Amino acid sequence: MKPKVAFYWCASCGGCEEAVVDLAEKVLDVVAAVDIVFWPVALDFKRKDVEAMPDGSIAAAFINGAIRTSEQEEMAHLLRRKAQVVIAFGACAQTGGIPGLANLYDRESVLAAVYRESPSTANAEGVLPQPHYPVNGEALELPVFHERVRALNQVIPVDYSIPGCPPTPKLLADAVAALLTGRLPERGAVLAPDKALCEECPRRDSKPEKLAIQQFKRPHETLIETDKCLLAQGLLCLGPATRAGCEARCIQGNMPCTGCFGATSRVRDFGAKALSAIASLTGSNDEAEIVQILENIPDPVGSFYRYSLPVAPLPAKRAPAAE
Amino acid sequence: MPETTAPNGQSQAADFEPKIVAFFCNWCTYLAADLAGTSRLRYAPNVRVVRVMCSGRVDPQFVLEAFAQGADGVLIGGCHPGDCHYQEGNYKALRRYHLLRRMLEQMGVEPERFRLEWISASEGERLRAVVNDMVEKVRALGPLRKNAAAQLLEEATVR
Repeated sequence: MKPKVAFYWCASCGGCEEAVVDLAEKVLDVVAAVDIVFWPVALDFKRKDVEAMPDGSIAAAFINGAIRTSEQEEMAHLLRRKAQVVIAFGACAQTGGIPGLANLYDRESVLAAVYRESPSTANAEGVLPQPHYPVNGEALELPVFHERVRALNQVIPVDYSIPGCPPTPKLLADAVAALLTGRLPERGAVLAPDKALCEECPRRDSKPEKLAIQQFKRPHETLIETDKCLLAQGLLCLGPATRAGCEARCIQGNMPCTGCFGATSRVRDFGAKALSAIASLTGSNDEAEIVQILENIPDPVGSFYRYSLPVAPLPAKRAPAAE
Repeated sequence: MPETTAPNGQSQAADFEPKIVAFFCNWCTYLAADLAGTSRLRYAPNVRVVRVMCSGRVDPQFVLEAFAQGADGVLIGGCHPGDCHYQEGNYKALRRYHLLRRMLEQMGVEPERFRLEWISASEGERLRAVVNDMVEKVRALGPLRKNAAAQLLEEATVR
């Protein structure tokens, strides 16, 4: 009997599902080797089908997306029960991802922005989603919208994670191969190389011995040379602090690394470490000039905690303060 | 002259004693603290001093971790510009400080809670003034927030 595999999505954009589809013809090898028993984006299995499976009967569950609603939390717990191995698939599941930036704001502000204030919203009565709603004598239910966005391992124990926004098909194929052959590393491991992106960057040779950035530039503010280290061009590239394994895809697309692969095993907190790496490259010893150069990084949290705010050691205080 | 650590005003909670984690460099600020001691200068007992070899050794991760584990303020002390024992370490600290200060503000940490000061080995008096000033400013702000982990747990629960 073939091992059973489940895919599920939580607070995510669908890009991680795309990574599965991007296996292209390799997906046939995967399907030949495993039974996909649950994959809402592509296959018509329901929650009750999963509930009916014996506990531990799924070999591996790949869960992408962060956890914001009660439904996502319930599904995470359900899949944890049914699966022997749970893999946090992609940056959102691993560290909270882009949805995690919403932790800068409290729940009420998020709901107000989405359902009342955004210019494209037509909601004259200002209705907000209600967990319970009676209609024609029946009770309708919606999942509860939690106060904060959480990474998967803040909700259930996670065995492995595959980083990336989204992960590359190669990392997924390697993980499936490791599962099938039982060559999985120690529990808790990140299934990607444990070195910095700069080490596998195709522009590595053009990185100067000593970087001294006089002006930070955002990608739309400059014509980016295609063969020169992006930091040497003043772009905020997080390659020095980010785990490798993405095949430098953004760099090859002539865009700086935004850090979606997260930290290597030597780093506890990606945001603080990435900030440290970049700030140290400021090319001045004069305080006023340093301040001025760094002002060209207008949004430090968004730049350095873009994918990992929910797992930052210091939870952001949400604005406006709810206290 | 012993200085009183209690604020003159009566607006703050009387029982709040701020906890300040201070990273002092081995060559200047730590010696200043030593000098303050041997000179019998008294300053607020709210600082917990961590000696590091250089202010450039202070990883921003240390600062976040200190706040996360209950510090109400973090003070970094280093050598004056040009005086670093390792030539450039204090400039690295300065560059990180300015970016980290702004990031902490975004995360809801007031600027008074995070300071970088140049204090040389001969400036015991200045060390006292800086520590006392910071303790009073942080006292006026009140506690940073509840223990971070407890806060997360509480807020994650279903409403």
